[in-house]
Amino acid sequence: MRLEYFRLIDRILEFDPAGRTIRAEALVPTESPIFEGHFPGYPLMPGVMLLETMAQASGWLIIGLTRFTRMPFLAAFKEAKLRSFVTPGQMLAVSAKLAHEGSGFAVTEAEIAIEGKRVCNATITFRLVDFPSAKFRAGMQEAAVAIAFPMETVANG
Amino acid sequence: MSSTFDTVANIIAETCDIPRDNIKPESHAINDLGIDSLDFLDIAFAIDKTFGIKMPLEQWTQEVNEGKATTDQYFVLQNLCARIDELVAAKSGVKL
Repeated sequence: MRLEYFRLIDRILEFDPAGRTIRAEALVPTESPIFEGHFPGYPLMPGVMLLETMAQASGWLIIGLTRFTRMPFLAAFKEAKLRSFVTPGQMLAVSAKLAHEGSGFAVTEAEIAIEGKRVCNATITFRLVDFPSAKFRAGMQEAAVAIAFPMETVANG
Repeated sequence: MSSTFDTVANIIAETCDIPRDNIKPESHAINDLGIDSLDFLDIAFAIDKTFGIKMPLEQWTQEVNEGKATTDQYFVLQNLCARIDELVAAKSGVKL
């Protein structure tokens, strides 16, 4: 995870278009300026960044399912639960499944687990829009490659 | 029709914290009930799920933006319910 750059997903482990699910991993860094404030002498991964991590995994799922034709923007969290503290150095197993694909929006159910134990989960709503520009889309494709998104699954997009 | 309206009205009341009695068939979701676009996403999600349909919100929005339709056609609740009934009928192959 590169917290300061909001690059929170390290690697896509599995993208299943038929099952409409995705799995990814992310390692909480051992050092970051964020931990200087959150909290002094007691570093904890901020809850909002855990929510963002689930949103990013969900976003890659939606981008994959729409074959890089639509960009998901975060619209709402529901039933978000932060169940345990997450600390520097922990490896996060992030997963999401599509709960509903509406017209211009999508809803996912996402969660993060550490060593098999769920630490947070949420229902997340996204607005889906056309990519604002070809440059934006290309940038997302580049970012996808960097985290090992299986581009062959969306090759016709 | 009445049951579609009751279901939709209950969804709106629950999603948007609007008193059920204030929600009438002639109510305009935006102009009368003050439902914003984010709340409408929640309503659309609940309607899609409840009726097993996919309301074509993007198509409707485009028609309104292009002047081919008015918001009344889609957002006055009795009209919205008629659209929902059409979508349900189309899905099940029944002619209204």
